[in-house]
Amino acid sequence: MSLGAGTESALATDIAFWVIAVSVIVSAVAVVHMRDVFRAALFLVVVFLGTAGLFVLLRAEFLAVVQVIVYVGAISVLILFAILMTQDAEQGSPPNRLRYPVGLLAFLLGAAAVFTALNTEWTLLADALQGTLTSEAAQMVNEVYSNTIPQIASLLLRDYVLAFEAVSVLLLAAIIGALVLVRER
Amino acid sequence: MSLENFLILGAVLFSIGLYGALSKRNAIAVLMSIELMFNAVNITAVALSRYVVPASLLADSASITDQAARTLLTGQIFSIFIITVAAAEIALGVAIVIALYRSRETVFVTDATQLKN
Repeated sequence: MSLGAGTESALATDIAFWVIAVSVIVSAVAVVHMRDVFRAALFLVVVFLGTAGLFVLLRAEFLAVVQVIVYVGAISVLILFAILMTQDAEQGSPPNRLRYPVGLLAFLLGAAAVFTALNTEWTLLADALQGTLTSEAAQMVNEVYSNTIPQIASLLLRDYVLAFEAVSVLLLAAIIGALVLVRER
Repeated sequence: MSLENFLILGAVLFSIGLYGALSKRNAIAVLMSIELMFNAVNITAVALSRYVVPASLLADSASITDQAARTLLTGQIFSIFIITVAAAEIALGVAIVIALYRSRETVFVTDATQLKN
């Protein structure tokens, strides 16, 4: 944690992480277990906000803002409107026949991912900053993380400009497709 | 708060989303579960780019100066693209659900069987 050390104390970020992590997991379980789809969508908003908080803890402030604007502001409103427009009377959101095999599959996949995360030898940035990296490089790392937005902008518009344009075309296609699909005939 | 905490959180969130996406009958609930999975992937990508050293940075720390942003922020760039694609996906998904509801009076994926047999 040497990289983030500065104004905030490690204990405070630890507490923030655990509070956010527990609320995100609990809300995610509520999203898949609520029979009432509308309430599930409201819990989904909690998950989105918690993810934004995690981005702040990971020093990705720009992503946190994007997360709040795009997910909390746009996507959850879209989902809530879709629920309101298609509400089947008291039908809720029952599970289908695959419930138990799929639960087992998801559990196994999650267990495998956790096992991999715990048993891989990650080359951590914090270790490298104390060991092999030069002090010049360490200073550069701090500089990058102190103000990420200009760096992200120049990366998006220089190195990843092709993907950037492709994603713009994808968004345009999605808008036109959505308009065509919901058009009154 | 270390890398493993974030990776485990991402894995658990992804598993919950996978369970919901495959086991729900309501199409909107399936879409919400897919959003959970996107969020899990975003958390994992940003955490990895925050904590793990890029190989190029270790190999050649002399020329770090012009490469630092690119090597350190790749995970965040990935997340931006994932968020964009997720927005496009949810717009189309909701449009399809509404079209299905108009033509068949249902939002259950198990009732959308026009292509069966």
